[in-house]
Amino acid sequence: MRTIEVLGPGCANCKRVEANAREAVVMAGVEAQIVHVTDYREIAAHGILSTPGLIIDGVIRSYGRIPSAGDIALWLTES
Amino acid sequence: MTTLALVRGRRPHLPLPLLLTVAVTAWLVAWLVEAPLAGWISFDLLRLEHGSQLGEAVAFFLLDVPKVLLLLLGIVTVVTLIRGFFSPERVRAALVGRGLMAGTVTAASFGIVTPFCSCSAVPLFIGFVEAGIPLGVTFAFLISSPMVNEVALVLLWGLFGPWIALLYMACGLVVAIVGGLVIGRLGLERYVEDYVWAMQGTAGPSIEIKLTAEQRLGDAWRYTRDLVRKITPYLLVGIGIGALIHGYAPTELVAAIGGRSNPLAVPIVVLIAIPLYSNAAGTIPIVQALLGKGMPLGTTLAFMMSITAISLPEFIILRRVIRWQLIAVFATVVTVGILGVGYLFNVLVS
Repeated sequence: MRTIEVLGPGCANCKRVEANAREAVVMAGVEAQIVHVTDYREIAAHGILSTPGLIIDGVIRSYGRIPSAGDIALWLTES
Repeated sequence: MTTLALVRGRRPHLPLPLLLTVAVTAWLVAWLVEAPLAGWISFDLLRLEHGSQLGEAVAFFLLDVPKVLLLLLGIVTVVTLIRGFFSPERVRAALVGRGLMAGTVTAASFGIVTPFCSCSAVPLFIGFVEAGIPLGVTFAFLISSPMVNEVALVLLWGLFGPWIALLYMACGLVVAIVGGLVIGRLGLERYVEDYVWAMQGTAGPSIEIKLTAEQRLGDAWRYTRDLVRKITPYLLVGIGIGALIHGYAPTELVAAIGGRSNPLAVPIVVLIAIPLYSNAAGTIPIVQALLGKGMPLGTTLAFMMSITAISLPEFIILRRVIRWQLIAVFATVVTVGILGVGYLFNVLVS
């Protein structure tokens, strides 16, 4: 079971990262739960200043950009 | 199974250098062909008369629509690519430990190339304060980043030439530096929410993720494509209105409302600009036509700067970290700065 965290207040960009992550989970054929972190304090605690951020199993994979579903799928299979 | 799915998920594509060469060549050809084509359509194909109101309006529209779209596509892609190297995370690292003056100037300069969407304003503010960056320095960045809008900059360059574009950038920079210094001097720290101060010194680790050239180009292209798609309707309306002004509006009317003889012209255009937020690209063709009809440069610059810098959604979202009093000071400093720029250029350039 993988944990994918999408960090952002819920603007359009964050929703696209979440959609790409869902697609990536299907592409990679893994089991994962997707969490949306909207609390600013928690976002800042990770050192992320530009949303949307993406954290997979506790590792920051991207911030301030929208990674493609293909990229996220690669991160999921890399482990 | 997984590999199969991955392969299917990735679109087959041309090698990067080939793709780039094709894109750049296509852009250059379109740029060279565009102006003669617009003239040929208006005056030869449609047989409109040179100098007639309808002829001039149609020619203006046909010339400007592809020109502005090409400028947007080409230069916004390049600008986005460049600013991908200046993330707010890096800016913060560069600001920590600098003196007040050096910090303010650096923050304002970084604001030109470092974008943040208004939904990022809050994590950005918290992140800066957390790392111990002074309030005035943080605001210098918050003022400069939206005020010098890259789309506006690019369009100004393409439509009016480099001097007005650089002037616009310099003005934004000066307003941000002065604004940051003023806010820093006023001692407004008590208007920042307590929970933000409580986080000071708990700043998360500095993060740095390397991106490949392909990822950077892909990001830049997708951003540009979405932006162009989003603003094209406004652009068409803006250029349409601009064309009507260009062809039909009498110069005397524009001069009477927006001209030098009307001392209230600058505040009036600033008020008009506030609800136009985020439609910067669409208003530039209108501005271009107004300038051509005799609206002074200072009034025009004030109009453009208010469109991008006075953002009601951002003020509202900032309420999460600062109180209304500080938001009011922020808004006042920005507005006064823009009015100052407007009047100054009306006096300087005549």
